[in-house]
Amino acid sequence: MAVAEGGGIDPPGAIDAARVGRIFREEWGRSVAALIRVLGDIDLAEDAVQEAFAIALRRWPSEGLPPNPGGWITTTARNGAIDRLRRESRGRDLLADLALLAPRDDEVGTTEEEGPVDDDRLRLIFTCCHPALSGEAQVALTLRLLGGLSTEEVARGFLVAEPTMAKRLFRAKRKIKAARIPYRVPADHDLPRRLSPVLAVIYLIYTAGLGRADEPLLCVEAIRLARTLSVLMPDEPEVAGLLALLLLTESRRPARLRVDGSLAVLTDQDRRLWDRELIQEGQAIVRRCLRRNQPGPNQLQAAINAVHADAATFEETDWSQIVALYDQLLELAPTPVVALNRAIAIGELDGPASALELLGELELDGYQPFHAARADLLQRLGRAEEAATEYQRAAALAPTDAERDFLSRGGRAGRR
Amino acid sequence: MARYLLSTHTVAGEEGEPPNEQHMRETYQRLATIEQEMSERGAWVFSARLHGPETATVVRVAGGEALTTDGPFAESKEHLAGFYMIDEEDLDAALGWRRR
Repeated sequence: MAVAEGGGIDPPGAIDAARVGRIFREEWGRSVAALIRVLGDIDLAEDAVQEAFAIALRRWPSEGLPPNPGGWITTTARNGAIDRLRRESRGRDLLADLALLAPRDDEVGTTEEEGPVDDDRLRLIFTCCHPALSGEAQVALTLRLLGGLSTEEVARGFLVAEPTMAKRLFRAKRKIKAARIPYRVPADHDLPRRLSPVLAVIYLIYTAGLGRADEPLLCVEAIRLARTLSVLMPDEPEVAGLLALLLLTESRRPARLRVDGSLAVLTDQDRRLWDRELIQEGQAIVRRCLRRNQPGPNQLQAAINAVHADAATFEETDWSQIVALYDQLLELAPTPVVALNRAIAIGELDGPASALELLGELELDGYQPFHAARADLLQRLGRAEEAATEYQRAAALAPTDAERDFLSRGGRAGRR
Repeated sequence: MARYLLSTHTVAGEEGEPPNEQHMRETYQRLATIEQEMSERGAWVFSARLHGPETATVVRVAGGEALTTDGPFAESKEHLAGFYMIDEEDLDAALGWRRR
């Protein structure tokens, strides 16, 4: 087969829109991050990268794929943006400001491409998740700028109308510009405080996807972001912990919904459907975290999930280990939700009566999992009438149809 | 460089006992030090400490007419106690003063 012109190694025709689409998903965040650094402007950077992909879509099918598609996109975007700025008088001022009139690569894609730009993605995620931005804005910006999701896709993921999401993104970008939210990785002494919203945003993107069987995109994107972050910040055990937690949770997703769309909880899941590859990867990270011995909330939750993944059946679960991990987690993160999960684990270890007693001390009225747990414990204690009332309470509070169905049917199948 | 407004707020009823003279002196001393540092850095533009909320007046424009009522905002327990106008490189630098 003939080698395509322009130095490409793939035969023409092999590069269709779908292939460019995949490259788009993989390279968008890296290119946008690099362009924001060069241009100092988010909107200009987005436009430039979008334009570069439009050129790729026209040229790659006939000329073949360049050896480094991502570098090609970044270089093309940068050159295009600088050309456009040179043509506009406003742009010329901006270029002078930025002292950008550096020699450009005219031979796009064949000469030296952008160097290692990974740090730019790190800058970008800390800007997107700056505490001066609302949580909603942080999530939307992260998905749009790093994930390359369209405004429409972000809107759909969070069940918001597209114009609402567009406005949210517009306002967030305007605030970054007007308030001069810096484009840099925080200093070491600030890192713990600044890293926690970043991890929270990625986790929230994942759970939003988990609640939507029709939107696997968010789960995939959250894992991709966690993976990128763990490559960029290899010395942060909590980043590794988050990745492991997401991988282990993801491994169970195929078993989470039955064929009829109803929800299967951990007790009832067909464990043969669990993804062994994801489990192995997640467990390997958990083992590395244990050796590092700098526990944090994400690592402990990942470890709990790793224990679940070890059990071939629900009955074989090592509950004493899980309770021990929850004890540690409760010490680091003393929230009622952690206390609830610990109580549930104790219920499996010591029986429902002791768990129900622990639940009595928690102020979680109106929190759906609390009522679902109470219902399950009452059921196991043979207090059917009280259990039914609790199931109704939980069902009324359930966020998704699948969960609502599950709860109104009366909870898990086993051990009634 | 961008211009930032740092505002300090007080919650009504939580102003506390009138401070004794020594405490007052220390507070003024601390504020003077901060302002001195802001000036040396070239950050200080303007600052002011406001009188209590009972002295405030609110002007609302409704239907082209200015409605004047006593203030501050009826719905809010919190009120502005003072502010600093500063020039800083970026938001993180501006927020750096917050810890003071």
